[in-house]
Amino acid sequence: MWTWFHRLASPPHLYRTAAAWAPWLAFAAVILIGYGLVDGLVFAPPDYQQGDAFRIIYVHAPSAWLSLFGYTLMAVAGAVALIWRIKVGYAVAAAAAPIGASFTLSALVTGSLWGRPMWGTYWAWDPRLTSELILLFLYFGVISLRKAFEDPNRGDRASALLGIVGVVNVPIVHFSVYWWNSLHQGGTVMRLGKPEMPGSMLWPLLAMLAGFMCFFGAVLCVRVRAEILSRERQSTWVREVVAA
Amino acid sequence: MNVGVARGIWLVLTRELRLGFRRPDQLLQPLVFFLIVTTLFPLALSPLSSMLRAMAPGVLWVAALLASLLSMETLFKADADDGTLEQLALSAQPLGAIVVAKTIAHWLVSGAALVAMSPLVATALSVPERALPTMLASLALGTLTLSWLGAIGAGLTVGLRRGGVLLSLIVLPLAMPLLIFGASATDRAIGGEDPAGALYFLGALCVFTTSLGPLAASAALRITLE
Amino acid sequence: MHEPAAGLTAEKIHVWRGDRHVLRGVSFAAEPGRLLHVYGPNGTGKTTLLRVLCGLLRPESGVVRWGTEAIETIRSDYQRAMTYASHEAALKGDLTALENLRYAVGLKRRVADEELRATLERTGVGPCADLPARVLSAGQRRRVAMARVLAMRSALWLLDEPYTNLDAKGGELLTALLDEHAGAGGIALVVAHHALPLAGAVARLELAA
Repeated sequence: MWTWFHRLASPPHLYRTAAAWAPWLAFAAVILIGYGLVDGLVFAPPDYQQGDAFRIIYVHAPSAWLSLFGYTLMAVAGAVALIWRIKVGYAVAAAAAPIGASFTLSALVTGSLWGRPMWGTYWAWDPRLTSELILLFLYFGVISLRKAFEDPNRGDRASALLGIVGVVNVPIVHFSVYWWNSLHQGGTVMRLGKPEMPGSMLWPLLAMLAGFMCFFGAVLCVRVRAEILSRERQSTWVREVVAA
Repeated sequence: MNVGVARGIWLVLTRELRLGFRRPDQLLQPLVFFLIVTTLFPLALSPLSSMLRAMAPGVLWVAALLASLLSMETLFKADADDGTLEQLALSAQPLGAIVVAKTIAHWLVSGAALVAMSPLVATALSVPERALPTMLASLALGTLTLSWLGAIGAGLTVGLRRGGVLLSLIVLPLAMPLLIFGASATDRAIGGEDPAGALYFLGALCVFTTSLGPLAASAALRITLE
Repeated sequence: MHEPAAGLTAEKIHVWRGDRHVLRGVSFAAEPGRLLHVYGPNGTGKTTLLRVLCGLLRPESGVVRWGTEAIETIRSDYQRAMTYASHEAALKGDLTALENLRYAVGLKRRVADEELRATLERTGVGPCADLPARVLSAGQRRRVAMARVLAMRSALWLLDEPYTNLDAKGGELLTALLDEHAGAGGIALVVAHHALPLAGAVARLELAA
């Protein structure tokens, strides 16, 4: 396990591993998302309250999940890089941030599209959407901090530290936003996502979730490869790769 | 003879206060900003006292947040610009202790001063007298918490040319829970309800950031000082 | 000197700044009583080297040792034994020269104002002790910074271009102080563009482009 971890920490090795994984993850993503879309959008029964509008959950819920997953991955990769001085950690964190931010944006957009038929407005300060919005702001902070430094080395480390501070803050934001919402709305709002779901609705959701994870993984592999190439552009192995 | 950490903190604290009071105009600027921002709301919305009372907690808290941010940028920047921050970092005192001293001194001249001025603003916004103790307590806890968050942000952005905007971008999302609990405590006190719950949360956040803030801020400084 | 100085050694220091390989395996050893003149054209990493040596900058690879210990492992002991003077004078304009010294030196060792005044006197800025640093000339600020280095009583001096802005007399004074420091068993690394007119032996460390 430890040696595996150490080998992964070498840039050329991670570069090749990511290249090997990317097509398989992309393939799995196409299959899973394809099945999830057809089953979820066509075959699953309409919701007895929300009608067909509920079907947006098949995009919204996986996006929301990946927005949190992306942030956590970014923070963990940054922490690994900071603590053990493993440089590819910064490459992974830098690659994950924009993907996670995109999923956050996707969760916000799908959430507000769902809000239009449900609440009659695109934005209703639903607690889940509000904490997604704050999460997007946290992403913006990390991404712009990295870009603000002229020395990429310091930019990496500063944004890794901010990512760690942010990941500690995410549960606090989540809790405080729910607390705030219960104060102002009394808990009768219709929420996106329901605790109990019949299997015919649940299976496509799980497939979509797995498919989105694979998609995230595939994009991450591609972006990590690009990050590693640009970071290691002075090294001989990159010159050989580029020349070949 | 070696200098202990307590004496080191005391020295940096007195240094900061002395520097602060040599430039009283710079101390006053955030306070005047706080006054001006709170004046904007009655002008923009309505001078009716019922309306003012309803929006007072939000106005007070947003204005306090912005005023604190305004002064936060200078926390490390002045020392970084003239090279004295390096001297402090190499002074054989733990960097965390220096961060603690600088942040507390900064809170005393900005946060605490703002808290002291808030009853004036609150009265102008028709906040009833019975709500003042809660408001003072919430602002005191809140501005201290904010100082620690600001220290992290200022530490991360200290070497950057356009650090000020970035500092707000970093600190404001982190400060949102603070705003929620602080404004709601004040709101409940105005409405005659029990504000204890929100105050406890504020206290917890304050303890939490006070214990982890110096660690994170000194780690940030170590990165940006390179 | 309060305690006998340990030696300073650097082993294969490598530093990258973005795409630039600034320090390429710099190694040296400086035993007590040694003055080391660091020179080389602009942009060869002289300041970077000093920042590595004082512990502000962690090198990509390589170790700096004080005695036998790596400096990160004995940070506060090392900082007590070392004084770094950057190419800025590092003074607060709103504090007087004396106050500047009181806070800077006071964090390292307990020191009385009389001693600090005497040190300022020694570097020729005694009359400026109670003036705010912002009204001092560049040369006077440099002399105050020199007094700060002196008052720290550190075994190791890391001085980045200390001769800048000094007049002829100031330069002679600095040279005399360096000789005295080495004579007492101290170590100094001095970044300077010109040859050091020192009485004692000076080792030279050239950084090439």
